[in-house]
Amino acid sequence: MAEHPMDHARRAAALPRSNRQRTPACRVRPSGIATGRSARLSLLGLVAVLTITLAGCSASTSGAAAGPSASPKGALASPTSDRPSVPALSGNVVVFAAASLTKTFTDLAHSFESAHPGVHVQLSFGGSPTLAQQIEQGAPADVFASADQAVMAQAVKAAAIAGTPQTFATNVLEIAVPVGNPGHVTSLAAFADPSLRIAVCAVQVPCGAASAKVFAVAGITPRPDTLEQDVTAVLTKVELGEVDAGLVYRTDVAVAGAKVLGIPFPQSGAAVNIYPIAQVAHAPNPAAAVAFIDYVRGPIGRQALAQAGFGSP
Amino acid sequence: MRRRQPGASGVPVILLVPALVGLAFLVIPLLGLLVRTPWSSLPGQLAAPGVRSALQLSLVSATLATAVSLVLGVPLAWVLARSRVPGRSMLRALVTVPLVLPPVVGGVALLLGLGRRGVLGQYLFSWFGISLPFSTAAVVLAEAFVAMPFLVVAVEGALRAADQRYEQAAATLGADRWTTFRRVTVPMVAPGIVSGAVLCWARALGEFGATITFAGNFPGRTQTVPLAVYLALQTDPQAAIVLSLLMLSVSVLVLVGLRGRWAGGLA
Amino acid sequence: MSSTSGLQGQLRVRRAEFTLDLVLAVPAGSVTALLGPNGAGKTTSLSLLAGLLPLDTGRVSLDDTVLDDPGAGVFLAPERRPVGVVFQDYLLFPHLSVLDNVAFGPRSRGAGRRAARVIAQRWLERLGLGEHASARPRRLSGGQAQRVAIARALATDPRLLLLDEPLAALDASTRVEVRSELRRHLRDYPGATVLVTHDPLDAMVLADQIVVIEGGRAVQQGSPAEVARHPRTAYVARLVGLNLYRGRASGTTVELDEGARLAVGPAHSGPVFLAFPPSAVALHRARPDGSPRNCWPVTVAGLEQQGNLVRLALAGHPAVLADVTAAAVAALDLVPGAKVWAAVKATEIEVYPG
Repeated sequence: MAEHPMDHARRAAALPRSNRQRTPACRVRPSGIATGRSARLSLLGLVAVLTITLAGCSASTSGAAAGPSASPKGALASPTSDRPSVPALSGNVVVFAAASLTKTFTDLAHSFESAHPGVHVQLSFGGSPTLAQQIEQGAPADVFASADQAVMAQAVKAAAIAGTPQTFATNVLEIAVPVGNPGHVTSLAAFADPSLRIAVCAVQVPCGAASAKVFAVAGITPRPDTLEQDVTAVLTKVELGEVDAGLVYRTDVAVAGAKVLGIPFPQSGAAVNIYPIAQVAHAPNPAAAVAFIDYVRGPIGRQALAQAGFGSP
Repeated sequence: MRRRQPGASGVPVILLVPALVGLAFLVIPLLGLLVRTPWSSLPGQLAAPGVRSALQLSLVSATLATAVSLVLGVPLAWVLARSRVPGRSMLRALVTVPLVLPPVVGGVALLLGLGRRGVLGQYLFSWFGISLPFSTAAVVLAEAFVAMPFLVVAVEGALRAADQRYEQAAATLGADRWTTFRRVTVPMVAPGIVSGAVLCWARALGEFGATITFAGNFPGRTQTVPLAVYLALQTDPQAAIVLSLLMLSVSVLVLVGLRGRWAGGLA
Repeated sequence: MSSTSGLQGQLRVRRAEFTLDLVLAVPAGSVTALLGPNGAGKTTSLSLLAGLLPLDTGRVSLDDTVLDDPGAGVFLAPERRPVGVVFQDYLLFPHLSVLDNVAFGPRSRGAGRRAARVIAQRWLERLGLGEHASARPRRLSGGQAQRVAIARALATDPRLLLLDEPLAALDASTRVEVRSELRRHLRDYPGATVLVTHDPLDAMVLADQIVVIEGGRAVQQGSPAEVARHPRTAYVARLVGLNLYRGRASGTTVELDEGARLAVGPAHSGPVFLAFPPSAVALHRARPDGSPRNCWPVTVAGLEQQGNLVRLALAGHPAVLADVTAAAVAALDLVPGAKVWAAVKATEIEVYPG
């Protein structure tokens, strides 16, 4: 039987602590982590348990997803309000995050773990659409941080998200040129110069869509030599000096450090990328998910994001 | 007692069962592709601009990559199989590196070697004004880089299995090394060369990582079908399925056609 | 040998199993057989002569051309030697037609495609293979394949012809016929011939000179008759343990060169070889009744124990070798000087045109 999260929340308040977090039939959490006694299972064991649980679960998923709007509220409210001032979080919290967040979230995960001993943050980075797809297919994630609002909206529509996504960062495009700026690029107009080697993202991926928007606003018809599959590929080609200019995110320029030179341009405001974050429906560890989201949106998270070149929403 | 009958096909059960499981393992994903194919919108999808050019580019570049691999790979296989150069096992290991290298890494390696600022590429650029990345030539090179080891390994195996006394016979008839290679060695290992070339071509046709990294992605110039599939997958999974199906059918047609033509004549 | 025409060779090379050390002199127009067991160094010798292996020391010259002389730093590569080789199992190129196999040599040595084919066609016709020109080698019988191999080797007009176990690939039934055919072709060939075989009969029938080699060294050398009659070691005796005669046939009767007369099975005419193994000879105290046609008195000249048999050298017309059991030696009281009757069935005698 698939237990309704509401039942779980109600019972959680009534039962002694040791039983409170018992996994409902369709939750994905090994019992060793739920009790918090043995801190972590081996990865292998975890995978095995997850696989079995997921397999047993698939038939009842549609039933559990029937009341998505009602369930998360209950599930979130009780444990949070119930908790003492130092929340006794435990277990794994699995965070799926957009690739552009790799460095920032890795740092934040470490400081979050120091602040909450007993919690282990597992990070999985990838393209936002890919991650959303995995979550919709039942990947055992607690938190989803997307680089794209449309992708998040799609995930919400697919009932893969609990509650309302919160925006936590923004990002804008910047021109990246190799060290020494061999193409003497100063503005977006360089992207129309056929004598220069130019890389931009393909229009099918988010950075490409954003690029198209700024070109339209600037009235420039770009003459790219390659339409890359993601922003990292553009950055690689700039770093290696194979292109004279590429259009990437400000945060990518920050990550690349001295290897590339960033050139801001006024039209970048036309395509501000907004990053939403949300708890995943049926998150195995909802309490830790909420805490992590709060942490990212809190002062420490904001500072780290700003340092990496993100804007605040 | 009944005479032992190992099944109608003459295959013992202990081999038949894993064989069937193996076949199912290979076929089921393809079946999934077929089941999900949007047959009604298929003609429209196939007629979309860019599909034709991507397919054409895929076929042309895979064929050129195979040609490059033949011209360079067969002599390389000969050196590995026949010469007495020191460090041959080391050489052999080097040749197979692209087989284990993630293709994207292979693409980066190609950029570092042949790119505009690469070890060799910088001279190509400064002396001759040749810049390989983002050109169709780069697609061919990336595919050849990844696919040539398949040819070399197959041909080397054939050369090792071939009876070298035929080459001695040719020498006593007055043939120099080159004539012997051309008129005796190559024809005698032709089946190995053909199967190596087919493997090479198939691998080149499906190449993605090294191609998109070294040659980039630009419709009509460097966008092969696998690249188009990948990008279509981001926004229009149905189009991706159609493209995959298209490539699958074309490659199966070509391979079956080749088999009929070559295997029949050589077996 | 005083003649400078033909092959002169001092072959010395160290191999893992033995050291080959052989002196050869083969005049043009003659055939020398290297006879010995497997691993004696026969094929190594051919490889040295063909240039597929270099000498360690020694010298090989053909007519006035030095082929290999490590001391003088001379080594002629196989493709530049005027040498033709017929390999064991022939090694006809499976992907080429019979005609193109034979044309391969002339073409490799500079003839145009058409000219090479004309030469090849001429050789095929000479060897009676004209109608097989367009066939693939795998369609040929063993004897035909051998003739193609000979045509291929001769089509380059070599001054030295090497044959490696030319009959080993054939089954027993075709062997007799092919052997005598090969003898005819070798007789027509004007250059020097070296052939390698482990079969004494091949050596006896095909060669003018036999060099018996064992462990890389010549243990005996001479004409087939000399080697057969006077084996100098037990090994040679065992190896060439054959009764071999030359003669002139007229129907089923053969007049031997040494004066006697033997009856044979199939009818022949003209010069022939007769051969039969010592085990085919039966011995009797007295002239046997219902006597076989070949029955003549002999005197025991020598005895030699060979395994569980005893080989007897018997003097008479003709002289003959016989293998008998130790029990028979006792029963017949076969001591040197004993007089007995030797008998051989006509059907046991193999006959080859000479």
